Amino acid sequence: MANKLETIDVHLHYGEFHALKGISLAIPDHSVTALIGPSGCGKSTYLRLFNRMNDLIPYTKITGQVLMDGEDIYKIKSSKIDHLRRTVGMVFQKPNPFPKSIFENVAYGLRVNGISDNSFIENQVEKTLRQAALWEEVKDKLKKSAFELSGGQQQRLCIARALAIEPTVILMDEPASALDPISTGKIEDLIFELKDQYTIIIVTHNMQQAGRVSDYTGFFYLGNLIEFDKTKKIFTNPSKQETENYITGRFG
Amino acid sequence: MRIRRFTEPIFESLIKICGYSSGFVVLLIIVFLFKEGISFFGSSPVEEGFTMYVHASNPVKDLSAAQIKDVFDQKITNWKALGGADQPIDFEFLPKCIDSYMDSLPGSLAFFPSAQTDGKLKSAIPIKIDKITVGKFLSDTEWFPTSRPAARMGVMPLLLGTLLVSFFAIIIALPLGLAASIYLAEIADERIRKILKPVIELLAGIPSVVYGFFGLVVIVPLVQSTFNLPVGETALAGSIVLAIMALPTIITVSEDALRTTPRAMKEASLALGASQWQTIRLVTVPYAASGITAAAILGIGRAIGETMAALMVTGNSAIMPPTLLQPVRTIPATIAAELGEAPFGGLHFQALFALGCLLFIITLIINLLVERVSAKRN
Repeated sequence: MANKLETIDVHLHYGEFHALKGISLAIPDHSVTALIGPSGCGKSTYLRLFNRMNDLIPYTKITGQVLMDGEDIYKIKSSKIDHLRRTVGMVFQKPNPFPKSIFENVAYGLRVNGISDNSFIENQVEKTLRQAALWEEVKDKLKKSAFELSGGQQQRLCIARALAIEPTVILMDEPASALDPISTGKIEDLIFELKDQYTIIIVTHNMQQAGRVSDYTGFFYLGNLIEFDKTKKIFTNPSKQETENYITGRFG
Repeated sequence: MRIRRFTEPIFESLIKICGYSSGFVVLLIIVFLFKEGISFFGSSPVEEGFTMYVHASNPVKDLSAAQIKDVFDQKITNWKALGGADQPIDFEFLPKCIDSYMDSLPGSLAFFPSAQTDGKLKSAIPIKIDKITVGKFLSDTEWFPTSRPAARMGVMPLLLGTLLVSFFAIIIALPLGLAASIYLAEIADERIRKILKPVIELLAGIPSVVYGFFGLVVIVPLVQSTFNLPVGETALAGSIVLAIMALPTIITVSEDALRTTPRAMKEASLALGASQWQTIRLVTVPYAASGITAAAILGIGRAIGETMAALMVTGNSAIMPPTLLQPVRTIPATIAAELGEAPFGGLHFQALFALGCLLFIITLIINLLVERVSAKRN
């Protein structure tokens, strides 16, 4: 399987703080990769490398290479960053719909990318809401504010919003951490369904979740990538002692 | 423990007293303002102690303040224009002896102290003067509060002047303020923001007389030379100075509103491939819309209520209708300029209080609007 994303010796500094210490990792195409590790270990920072979200934080310095389909995304022109972000969808920790209608939330990504064909937008909104398993629940209230939905529905709406612009990679930053078990279950089912079409990276604090949804798992600790392997291997027979300690709950 | 049991109720009642008394003071100010202001309505525009007299045979029984002034200014010279017989008006201001004067001239109109007539007049009778009403106060277009024999208290030019100056002030200040607040909240470097924000907030603390002075030496000559005017003290100069004064309020309040937009929401927009400008336009500004509206209304409030700077740069003449490139007179400037000369408790004095009431009502409406707009936000 080809590698969709790859980082080669990436270091990241927030001012004085050395957040990522030389991470080299290749992420296969059409797979789910879970990033685990204790808080502050750098896994979210690592995730945000791939759509250059770290750029928004002042005093950030990045060295090394971040490749997507073999191209270094930190070498592209700054005017092309918007285009990069269009191909990399992101779902955040807390549901963050815009203060707009359900329909406009999903259509937003299309509109800002210059698509004005209304029938295309309508089709795309329905398609992605179906993909996110939300269509049946919201089809009669598309004009209503997104804030009227429950937390779990809002998060699925955010997933639909990310899917609408047809990215190839989806980054998920603890997408279920603010949700109840039933909503979490729905999100996990969704991740499972999406895996065929997308490359998904998910940051999670929930060990069972990582075990359930992912094909590969990377364990981060204090800005280092300790171990990366097939999820099954990591959870049954990790090769590093730290990984085993963390997974079995002895620290972290 | 025992001491606390005593001290706590004492502090509690002290705090209660402070709360009640400040509320009471506010109430007292309003009551006082309206008591003086309202007693203005229903009084006669002719100076107290004086009466207007006409010949006993004259069919005209009542006159308005506007008519009296026109007679005095010799714009009206015939009784016919006032609904009487076709005879010239002989107007006499304080004649030596009213009876003998009146007797000889059937077309006469005289302004005379009421105390000297003792009610024993043969040929002269007092004419009824229309009382000042709320409607007339609001609709009359002349402001001559000290003119004799009858004062004209029309608030229209002052009100329109105030609204004109404030309206253009906000037209100037709002786009600038919004742009500056977007720059500060979204675009500016953290270092620049740390310097600029306190500087802008400092501007809000500069006394208005200093702004007025600045306006007088910088803006007024600039307006005069730019538009080639005989005088630079115009509504436009006032608008510019008031806009500068309203800017800090607008910038700080709307910048605070813009900064309440959750970071996650902006990141979501950027992550969908929106540019920074699209994110500002489609997410940040709509999210902060109610806060920005509140900022605009507060700015208007500041402009409408501003006294000193308006007094110094607007030229203070109650021209009707007020235009941008002519001097205007605002309500607060009128009160400030005239209160010192108005005899305590007199008609003019009360008229200024009525102006105060009007201003109070306008700002009250603005404050209620702010409340409504910011209540919507939550």
